Order: sequence, then structure tokens, then C-alpha cells
Amino acid sequence: MPELIAKSALAGHAPVTRLQTTLAEGSAAPITSVAPYPGRMDRVNAALAPLGLAFPAPNGQTRQGAARLIWTGRDQAFLIGAPAPDGLADHAALTDQTDGWAILTLTGPVAEATLMRPVPLDLRLGAFPPLRTVRAPLNHMQAILTRTAPDAFEIMVFRSMARTAWGELTEALEVLAARAQTA
Amino acid sequence: MRLAGKGLIDRSTPVTFTFDGRSYQGYRGDTLASALLANDVRLVGRSFKYHRPRGILTAGSEEPNAMVEILEGNQQTPNVRATVQEVFDGLQARSQNRFPSLKFDLLGINNLAAPFLSAGFYYKTFMWPRPFWEKLYEPLIRRAAGLGSLSGRHDEAQYEKAWAFCDLLVIGSGPAGLMAAWTAAQAGADVILAEEDARMGGRLVSDNLRVDGQPGADWVEALLDDLKAMPNVRLMPRTTVTGAYDDGTYGALERVGLHRAPAPHLPRECFWRIVAGQTVLAAGALERPIAFPDNDRPGIMLASALRSYLHRYGVVPGNRITLIANNDAARATARDLMAAGVKVVAILDTRPDATALEDCPVYLNAQITGTAGHLGLTAITFRHAGGTATLETDCLAMSGGWNPTVHLTCHMNGRPLWREDIAAFIPAEGAVPRLTPAGACNGTFSTAGAFRDGLAAAHTALAALGRPAPDMALPMAEDAPYTITPFWQTPGVEGRQWLDFANDVTTKDVKLSAQENFRSVEHMKRYTTQGMAPDQGKNSNVAALAVLADATGRGIPQTGTTTFRPPFVPTSIAAMGAGGRGAGFAPQRFLTSDQASRDRGAPMIEAGLWYRPSYFPKPGEKTWLEACNREVTMVRESVGVSDVSTLGKIDIQGRDAARFLDLVYTNTFSTLPVGRVRYGLMLREDGHVLDDGTTARLAEHRYLMTTTTAAAGLVMRHLDFVHQAFCADWDVRFLSVTEAWAQFAIAGPRARDLLATLLGAAPDLPFMGVTDVSLGSTPARLFRISFSGEEGYELAVPTRYGEALFRDLVARAETMGGGPYGMEALNVLRIEKGFITHAEIHGRTTAFDIGMEKMVSAKKDCIGKAAAARPGMIGPDREQLVGLRASSAMTAGAHLFTPGDKVHRETDQGYITSVCWSPTLSAHLALAFVKDGRARHGTRIRVVDHLRKIDVLAEITDPVFHDKEGAKLRA
Amino acid sequence: MRLTCPLCGERDRREFYYYGSEDYLNRPAPDAAPQAWDDYLHNRDNPAGVTRDLWYHDMGCSSWLVVTRNTVTHDILAVEAVADRKGGAA
Repeated sequence: MPELIAKSALAGHAPVTRLQTTLAEGSAAPITSVAPYPGRMDRVNAALAPLGLAFPAPNGQTRQGAARLIWTGRDQAFLIGAPAPDGLADHAALTDQTDGWAILTLTGPVAEATLMRPVPLDLRLGAFPPLRTVRAPLNHMQAILTRTAPDAFEIMVFRSMARTAWGELTEALEVLAARAQTA
Repeated sequence: MRLAGKGLIDRSTPVTFTFDGRSYQGYRGDTLASALLANDVRLVGRSFKYHRPRGILTAGSEEPNAMVEILEGNQQTPNVRATVQEVFDGLQARSQNRFPSLKFDLLGINNLAAPFLSAGFYYKTFMWPRPFWEKLYEPLIRRAAGLGSLSGRHDEAQYEKAWAFCDLLVIGSGPAGLMAAWTAAQAGADVILAEEDARMGGRLVSDNLRVDGQPGADWVEALLDDLKAMPNVRLMPRTTVTGAYDDGTYGALERVGLHRAPAPHLPRECFWRIVAGQTVLAAGALERPIAFPDNDRPGIMLASALRSYLHRYGVVPGNRITLIANNDAARATARDLMAAGVKVVAILDTRPDATALEDCPVYLNAQITGTAGHLGLTAITFRHAGGTATLETDCLAMSGGWNPTVHLTCHMNGRPLWREDIAAFIPAEGAVPRLTPAGACNGTFSTAGAFRDGLAAAHTALAALGRPAPDMALPMAEDAPYTITPFWQTPGVEGRQWLDFANDVTTKDVKLSAQENFRSVEHMKRYTTQGMAPDQGKNSNVAALAVLADATGRGIPQTGTTTFRPPFVPTSIAAMGAGGRGAGFAPQRFLTSDQASRDRGAPMIEAGLWYRPSYFPKPGEKTWLEACNREVTMVRESVGVSDVSTLGKIDIQGRDAARFLDLVYTNTFSTLPVGRVRYGLMLREDGHVLDDGTTARLAEHRYLMTTTTAAAGLVMRHLDFVHQAFCADWDVRFLSVTEAWAQFAIAGPRARDLLATLLGAAPDLPFMGVTDVSLGSTPARLFRISFSGEEGYELAVPTRYGEALFRDLVARAETMGGGPYGMEALNVLRIEKGFITHAEIHGRTTAFDIGMEKMVSAKKDCIGKAAAARPGMIGPDREQLVGLRASSAMTAGAHLFTPGDKVHRETDQGYITSVCWSPTLSAHLALAFVKDGRARHGTRIRVVDHLRKIDVLAEITDPVFHDKEGAKLRA
Repeated sequence: MRLTCPLCGERDRREFYYYGSEDYLNRPAPDAAPQAWDDYLHNRDNPAGVTRDLWYHDMGCSSWLVVTRNTVTHDILAVEAVADRKGGAA
């Protein structure tokens, strides 16, 4: 059996830049879903302590070095960039999600304006500061949206929908560029 | 005619445009209406019903007459208001609702037939004979009465939808809106200022007003410069707020590219959803026309429109101008005109007690009794305090007073209140939560009053937002009181007095409505069609209900108004549906094998949101059926490979996972050994089948559930409900892993051989077993399950390896006489084996119907169990799953009848859900539901599909046609 | 219409899936009389006024929610997670 060749969700999609804002495929591995069982939060946090992480509050994340734990829904967070620590599986359901998500990054001065086309959320900096992570629709796709910096976002969508997400964000960027040209 | 040195247009940028094929010149900053008037074009359209010649009435989006078609490449946009459309180089506009030309319109004959075409005419006349309505009357009427036409081609243009959030939304940028926005901006609030016009300022840029001693336009320009420099202010010109919705949500339509030549990716329009903490409505007011005989000739327009053309565009629409008004508006207009050197013939004041002191003749107690001029006004006849008179005039400006633009305050059921002193409706208090009306839309008509109102509204909004109000000085401006003596129509004269220009409704029509006892304002609207045109009665509503009130002897407050509903202006569906064209807004889900399948020429079909290969054509195959038959035989005789990653996969963990599965499945999963797989049936709480699939036990407290492709989302929602509603404290957690794994079926008598070459040794896995395997260093999972009836396996790898594994499996299969198979073959294989899909479990079938009632465990409760046992859910009256075999083709959807019975609904025995040609059995097969079907195996039934002309006899059989004993599965 | 999800915060209506009356939460005992099941499954009040119904935050956190709202005024009076309600767990 020869080794199978891995392919990323958006292999072959070169970054797109308009108005100094770049859409690109991001990467994050491994991704492990951490879903604490009822009443086990203390022990989950104890197990997470060696990573310097704690289970995040809704719409938030905790991070330490390359490891981060982002809130992704009811009783659920994704541990990204570090393997699950020992003992965590005793108190939380752990599920490998590394291959389940396509990751897109959008960075630049019109990143927020671009997302205000497909995302029905208040993304103004004051309402949606850096390191905020939410579950939100990207048009009709379920997405996990994180502001990584004032002008940068990370967007995770189901892997099979990567091309649609890419297409719709590219389109939004093109439209903003066309608007800017005629302003 | 354009006046030198007047107006706010950019005279350094002339533009050339065409109207009805003729070329004209205007300037940047012109609307089509102002540019046409500058070129002395008065006749711009024909009316809806009578094809009367019409000109420009207004200078805003409420225009009822001047609607044109805009041509742009293949695009043809009808009913564009010339008063909104800006001119640009290359703009092509065309008049509409005329044939063959605007000046000579054959359908003008309707006008002569007017005595027969009054309100309600269609309802009374074209009743009989009934079939004539659809075939004759309606097409004729539709051709004769109408507006613009479409190109008949697809709209290929770009549109956009977007969201915006703000602390304060200010709607309208006149003095009230500017003051509110400026105040809130100073307080640090995040402000959006939306203005329908291309130019901000409202009446400040359309009237001869001074603010703080400066011309209004200059004052506005300076303030806008300040606002533009503030990061917390977004100015949105060309943006009409179209609707007020719950919880501070507003719809707005922005004209993004309609004022310039098209450019790649530039949207024509953007539909905004704006969510605002607070809103100030400063939408202004709309001037009312006055009804008098033939008040619709080109050259008759609103006084405020005349002032807009004069001050903003430097255009006067006539050489000899007359004015009529029931308030002071005519006076200011006349003074402005005279100051600009324009001849004012006379002022007709309908009030008996107004002053007659002006620099032109003034007639008091004046009432127009007639007008003349076929394609444009030439003269008016009127009576007045001193007698009667006729005046030659080519432009008549009228003002019947002002209607506050209360529309948005009515969008959430608010009813406006009548204010006698201004003879107009104003918004009811709190009509829209978190919205404060200010300025003219609130009945405050002076400029200084608007500034005061705007400031006060900003204070209200800021207090609600918890922000301290800044110290603001009120600008100095005119503060004249508004006095009006209502005058709606000329009494006691012959001739048609138009109320609703857009729908050709006269005062007589409204009186007729009352006379025929359609006395409620809502009935009158439907009887006469008043208020139902593109302007939605903006020009006519109040006058029409005043006439109705008069005809019914009630007051205006008692008569009430019709309901204003969104959108405030005509809004293109294309803008609201932006992104929905072509592949549309539905996400496309692609398999990892997508490219490999397309490389082999497989046509893709949509399954849910997924794209799956239909079949894999080989050279020489002419139809899909040939390829499908080959693929079926290939699986039955050697080995086939198919991508089954679309099936839903849910990872379920926890000490209560088994207990949870026992609750959601009819059968028992707590007894399933680790390493084994079990077929499970899931019911809705009402006892009908929700979904089916296999679930594997991977560890003591870990299961992997499989759902059908179609129901994956539905099942997840159902599991979430059962968990959160009934057992939130259980030790169970679950999560979709559909996307994390690529999974491939390997099916056929040589499936094991194929896996042996891949894994190095033949798998030793019992039927319905699961095990971890490795492919090189890649971890994988191997299931022994089958949806084909052959010995079958499914091999799952992390998604990133999916494409590589698919290509590898297909290559191995091909060396063994096998290959890939698509959805068509997959469907035939499962029908031959009697396996059900959502064609069978379509929402109305029970476990009993599909022959699985024994799977509903008697030993435990489960969702749907109680309801499934209700009377009527079980028994011989139920339509039960059977197989049908016939020698000619059957169709899904065909209905079944006992041979000899009459074919009608009462004798219906059931219906077919799935059909195929079976190359394995050389027969046409079907799965069907038949009343008491299990007792009827071996009997014949008649298959009837009237739609597709099918009428054949079939034999009822067991639904499992192939390998009933399952020897092949377990081989 | 905007709903304030207890976890995600204020969101547009389109993120939510509407299910129906909160009656669905009051599942009868397995051996309850057919009438009880019939009421549970099918019989609903349709009040002009305050109503409590179930919504699912489909595009968000996957919480099932009980929304108390007034069908006349459109006021949203409360949004609570089904899983967190008192006595909710079976």
C-alpha cells in the first residue's frame, strides 16, 4: 500500500487580493472537539491546565502559545494546535475534527466590510473585538467565525462547502473593489 | 429651459443621453426628469388605463407619471421614475405604454371610451361568458392597460445584499435628519445617515433657504464635509429605507450603479438590512396635488417640484407659469420664479381670505374649471372671487398642502393620526419602537422647526442609548407658520378630476365607489384601484379619502387611511434576491472524489446539497441506462466502488450513549457488542418513520451513527431536541463527523479480494462488523455493511486522503473487471434488494407499513412508540411496502388499482415510490405501497399513471427481489 | 425579528428554525392514555397575545430555545435554553 496523498480543502486556490485585503486558505491542525459531560467542568479545566488553557466562555476562546481552545457551540469547544491532554477524555467527549473543516482567512482593511455581505452579524470592532469566536451563518453555510486581529478574520466552514465559501467571499471582495473604483 | 448660473448641477461635465431614440444633453447632477425639462420635453409618458399624455409631476421617488424604460445592453428595466434616474453619458431611456409612439398612441382610444371604463367597469362588464375572461378579456385588458415591459431575457446584471449595524439610523437628510445625525455623531454614537436622493440636504438643496446666513446648499456642504471626516458616521446617499421591521431592523435599497455606465462586478443595486439601536425618521413630506378638471396635462406639476427644478437643477419647465395653492407655498414659489426672471402669469389662491399683495396678479377663492392643450398645457379656465377667467399658460404649479411621509411608521401596524390644523396625518406616538419622527414627517414644516425637531429626536435617541447629549447650537433659519385651508377638488363642474395619476382614478370614481356602497376606505381602494400603482397612493391617498369622506358624509379621521406596507418605493426582486441567480444561494457540497469522477466523464446530479456522480460512461455507451446496467452487473459479478461520504455520520459518546440510542431508535443498541454494526430505525414522535441507518459501536461508550444523506441535518436537530428537552443531564455528547471522513463502498463478490490487495490480507470481518485498519500510515475504518445486497464493505479515511483513496480503489477494481458505480446503479441495486430510501420513508409511512414493526422493541420506550401504536397506524387498511414486477416500464408516482375496478380515487389501492429496470432479473421492478399488500403477494395489480400514459399489469411480490436469504451479504 | 440566544447573543431570525408550541416539551408517560398523546402531538392553542414556542439555533450554537413572545405586539419577552429550564431533564 503506497502512502495516500493528502489534499487540503482548497488545494489549487491561490490567494485573492483586492483593496489590500487578502482571502487565503488557512490551516489549523489538529482540531479536536471537546464536549464536557454534565457537571464535569472543573475536571475538564484541570485536565486542560497543563496546556495553559481553560474551557472558554460562549463566543470566546482561550489561548497559550500555538494552542487555543475556541468556543463552537453548546457544551462544545475546539482544541486547535495541540493534541488533547491526558485525562481529558475521561470528562469530555473528544472527537477529531481536523478534516471536517475548511479554513479561510480574510485579512486587510475591507475584511469587515466583505464579511458584512454574507454574515448577518454586528462585526463592528466594538461589538466584535479580536479573539471573539462565534457560530454564525456565512450566507447559508454554518460557519465558525473568529476575529484574529482588528483587520483579520478566520472563517471555518464544512469542508465540502469550501468552494462555495471561497466563491462567495471572492465575489464580495470583487464587488467592494468595483464600488471603490467608482466612488 | 435651463437658466444660466442657477442650480447645483456640474456644468463642467455635460452628458449625452437618449430618450425615445433622440439624443439630448444634460449635466452631471441632473435627473432624467430635470434634463428632459431643460430640453423642453414635457410629454414623457402615457397613463396606465386611458393612455392620456402625461408629463412630470414631481421631483422625487413618488412620481406617478414619468416612468420610463431604461435600456442597457440586453437589459430593459421598466417603470424607472425619471425623477430618480440620474443621467450619465450613454443613458438610453424610452417612454412606455404607448404604440406606436408617444405623441401618437393608438390606444389613446381608451380615453374616448372613458365613460364606459369607469371604476368597477371590468368587474361588471367582463363577467360573462366565463371562459372569455381568461382567453380574451384579460389578455386584451393587459395589453391596453399597463406599464413598461421586460426584455424577456435573463437579468444578467449584478446585485448585492449587505448588512449594517449602527447605534442610530437617521432616515432622510433634510434639516431634521442632518441635525439629528450631527448631534448624535458629536455624542460619539455610531450613525448611519440614509438619504434617498443622490444629493443630501432635502429641501435645503431644493428651496431658496438660508441657514445661519448662508445659502442652504452651502451650509449642507460644509456640514457633510464634517460628517464625512468622522469615523463614526456612515453617509448612505441614493439609499431608500424601504421598510421598518421588528426589533430595529430596516430594509433599504441602495442604487449603486444605476447612475453610471455598467462596470464589471459593480452591482446595480444593493439591498441592505440595517439593524439600528435607535432610529430618527426625518423622511420629510410629500406635496399634494389638487383635483380639478383635466389636471393631468403635461406642464402641470407640484409647486415644490417646480422649486426643486429651479433651485437644484436651474431648470424652469415653462415660459408662462401659473400657480394654484390652498396654502402659502405658491407665494414663495412665485417670488423665486420672478427673482429668476421667469414670467409668472398669476397666482390662484383657493383661500378667500388670503392676501392679494404680490408682484403678480393674485386671484382669491380661485377654482380651476378646465384646462386646455392636447400634448401639453396651453391654457386654464377658472372662477374666482371676481368672476371667471381664462389664462394662457404652459406651466401650472399646484400645492394642495403637505402630507408628512408617515409610511415607515405604519409598517408595524401603527395608524397615523389626523391633525386638523395642518389637514394631514402625522405618525402615532410609538408606532415603531425605538423610532422618533422629526421634522416635516412629524408635521413640523418650518426649517427652524425641523432643526429643533431633529435636535430633540437626537436627544431622545441618545438618552435611550445611554449617551450624554452634547451642547449644540440650533442653526438660524426661517420659522414661518404653515397655514392651510383644505381644498381637495373643484366642486360642481363637469370633467374628470384626477386623483391617482398613476392608476387613472378620478374623483368621480371615488364617488361612484361610495354610491355603490364600497364606503370603507379599504373597499374604495380595491373598487377604484386608487393607491395600488407603483406610487402606492403617495400623491393621491389623502385627497381620495377626503373625497370619500365628503361623499359618505363622514369626517376624514372617521374615514381613516388604508395601510401603508413595505416597501416604501418599488424594490426590484433582483436586489432582494441578490446572490440567488444560477447556482443560487444553496451551498454546493463537493465530494473528495468530485474531480476524479468528472475526469471520467460522470454527469453529476444534486443530492441534497451534494453533487454525486450519476454514472460513469464508457466508450460506446449511448444512454445512461446502458452505463447503469453495466455498473449493476459489475457489482453483482465482480466489484464496484462508490463514494458514500454524503451519508450523515454522528459520533455519539458518553456513559449514557447506549441509553440515548435506545431512546431515539425503535430497536435496542445497548446490547450491541463493541465492533459490531446494527441497522436502526428512528421514528418521529408522531409514530412515522424519521430516518434509518446503521450504527456501529466503536467502544463501550462510543457509537458512530449513520443517517441518510437527505436527513442528516434533520436527524441532528432531532437528536439535539430529544437530548436537550428530555435528558439534558445524561452523560452523552454527540457531534457530526460527516465532513471528517471520506467513505467508500466496495461491493461485489470480489470486494474481499480487492481489500486483500489494499490491506495486504483479506479482512476477517463478519457481516455487520467494524474494525480499525491502516492504509500505510493513514488510520482508517472498515465496516462490513451493504446497500447493494452483495458482500459489501465501506472504507473510511480522514477526508484529506479521500481523493487519493478513491483513485486507488477504482484502479484496483478495474484490474479485477470492476470499476466505479454511480447513483443510478446504486439505486437499482438497492431496489433489487428491497432496501428503502426516503422515497419510501417519505414522512407518511410507519414501521408497520415498511414491514419493520418487529423492530419496535416491546421492552423499552422510544420516541414515537406510543403514537405508532395508535389506532389507524397498524393493520390491513394501511398501505404496506411490496415489490412489483412487470414486463413493461412503470413510473414512480403511478397509482395502483385492483384489476377490474373502475380507476378513480375511491378504488385507489396505493402508489409506486421507486422503479427500475433490473438487469439482474431482466424485469421492470418497483417498490410500492399497497393496501394490505403483504397479504396480496402473488396477485396482480393495475399500474396507472395518466400523466405519463402508463397502464400496465404488475405482479405483487415481496419487496426483496434479489437474494432473499441474504447468503451473498454474509458470504 | 431578532432573538437573543442565551449563548450566542442577539441574532437575526433567519438563524433560527421554528418548531412549534412549547407543548412538545411535556411528553406524556409512555403508557399515558391516547387522548394525552393526541393532545401532546396535535392540539394547540393559538393565542393572540403571549405565546411560548420552541426555536432551534440552527445556524448558531444548536441550542433549543423556549421563546416567550407576544404575537400582537411582536415583543420578545424571554428566551431560555430548553436544556437549562428547571425540571426539564427527564
